[in-house]
Amino acid sequence: MGLRFNFVLGLVLVVLVLLGALLAGHLAPFDPIMDADLMSSELPPDWEHWMGTDGQGRDVFSRVLYGARVSLTVGLVSQLINSVIGTALGVSAGYFGGWWDDLVNGLTNVMLAIPSLVFALAIMAVLGPGLPSLLIALGLTNWSWTCRIARSSTLSLKSQGFVQAAKTAGFGDLNIMRTQILPNILGPVLVIATLGIGGAVLSEAALSFLGVGIRPPQPSWGNMLSDARELIRTAPWAAIFPGLAIFATVLGFNLLGDGLRDMLDPHMRTQRA
Amino acid sequence: MMRFILRRTLQMIPTMLAVILIIFVIFSVVPGSFITSLMAEGRNATNAQVLSHLNEQFGLDQPLLVRLWNYLWGLAHFDLGISYRTREPVWNVIEPRLWPSIKLALSAMGFAAVVGIPLGFLAALKPGSIFDSGTMVVAVSGLSLPEFWFGLLLMYVFALTLGWLPSFGYQPGSIRHIILPAIALGVSPMALLARTTRAGVLDVMNADFVRTARAKGLAEPRLVRSHVARNVLVLILTTMGLQIGALMGQAIVVEKLFSWPGIGSLLVDSVSVRDIPVVQGAVLVIVLWFLVINMLVDVAYALIDPRIKVG
Repeated sequence: MGLRFNFVLGLVLVVLVLLGALLAGHLAPFDPIMDADLMSSELPPDWEHWMGTDGQGRDVFSRVLYGARVSLTVGLVSQLINSVIGTALGVSAGYFGGWWDDLVNGLTNVMLAIPSLVFALAIMAVLGPGLPSLLIALGLTNWSWTCRIARSSTLSLKSQGFVQAAKTAGFGDLNIMRTQILPNILGPVLVIATLGIGGAVLSEAALSFLGVGIRPPQPSWGNMLSDARELIRTAPWAAIFPGLAIFATVLGFNLLGDGLRDMLDPHMRTQRA
Repeated sequence: MMRFILRRTLQMIPTMLAVILIIFVIFSVVPGSFITSLMAEGRNATNAQVLSHLNEQFGLDQPLLVRLWNYLWGLAHFDLGISYRTREPVWNVIEPRLWPSIKLALSAMGFAAVVGIPLGFLAALKPGSIFDSGTMVVAVSGLSLPEFWFGLLLMYVFALTLGWLPSFGYQPGSIRHIILPAIALGVSPMALLARTTRAGVLDVMNADFVRTARAKGLAEPRLVRSHVARNVLVLILTTMGLQIGALMGQAIVVEKLFSWPGIGSLLVDSVSVRDIPVVQGAVLVIVLWFLVINMLVDVAYALIDPRIKVG
């Protein structure tokens, strides 16, 4: 019962953020960038500005809506890159074994040793700020868990009857990996991906907060928090709402991921939270 | 046991070499060099003679492989290079940052353990209760919380509004300064510890030896203390160890927010001025900390649990 509720709550949060991002152009009452007006700066929340205004008089609610676009784009695209890299490396390593397996394993251990935020920060330093750099930096640094799961699942599938049968029937290696193994490991890969999207949203916010992610004036939840930090005494709402948006989004994906895991793996249900 | 420790230490070397190689390659393709960032600061480095002098001074005029070899050769002699910015040896820049970083990581873990372990334990003793559900809500929220936002809120409430604690900065020996950053950084390991402890306790409670002990009439408090707690301890210690290893890297944003003079804020500051040797050094220290702590966890694990083969 509790699990079902968590999953539904996660789904609702994710759908809300998704709608906010897609419909930002229609829902936002003000322009997120151009509507700066120093005469109306740091206004507390009221009926006109639901979340108040920031230091330059821009509507925080509109900026939070447009910020959802950045966060979701980074979260979804970078995690897609991670999933593809992790699955390709993991499945091929598990399937072929030998020196390729050793190489992939070594690389995975190295990637696990460098904290992904530190690695992404280093890549951002090289590529410079902006959305494309963020997608690359976060897409290349967080595939190790996917790779591990894909590899171990492939190892156990490899010896099973239907894979052996496909081999005997003369299927090629690529064909077997695609038609026999891949469909059977998509579940765990999807669970890790869902949890990873939340992680990528957090990393994007952190990098933008540090000034190496999305540059102002384009709104991102991270750089809004970075601006709001200076105003925390006089306009705390400018910090509270973007942070709440990050929290709700990440919580949504985490609940969704936990729920998916429990559905796909009933044995874990009693132990996991 | 000594052989086990030695083997684990040797296993770190290839990983460390690969990390050095990756970091070195990433930064040797930096398009804007250190000199362009000097120019951006308004310092006059356009003079061709000055340029070539600077390039020569930092060895940037040599081919990539030669530079890599020089860097490795330096590392083998515990020489991390010279900071572009301060012209000091990198180690002198990093060394004063080490203790504040370690102190912050340990304090955050202290907070996480004091709150997370009892929460997880109590939740598992009554699975399905309101307390259990509440704890798990706290746990999943803790894992979803952006720690710099949480830190900012803590700062707003406890420093700026109530005035109980300093809002940022560092003083050697001051406990008041470390409380807020430690809590901000400790929230996510706290949540993880609560989850792990709960899962571990539930696991052990269902194990055969606990059922046997219960069947022979052992009182519940005694059962929890001598059978359950002892077996969960290994799991908790492992989780804590791995988290301490990762915390130095996770601390970047919290350190920056609270102006904490640790490795993380050094890394961010050096990235923004493109002081590459310091960035490389800071990343290496963070990775080395992770690897060494992991090794210590493995060793401790082998010491505690006799079932693990050592050889």
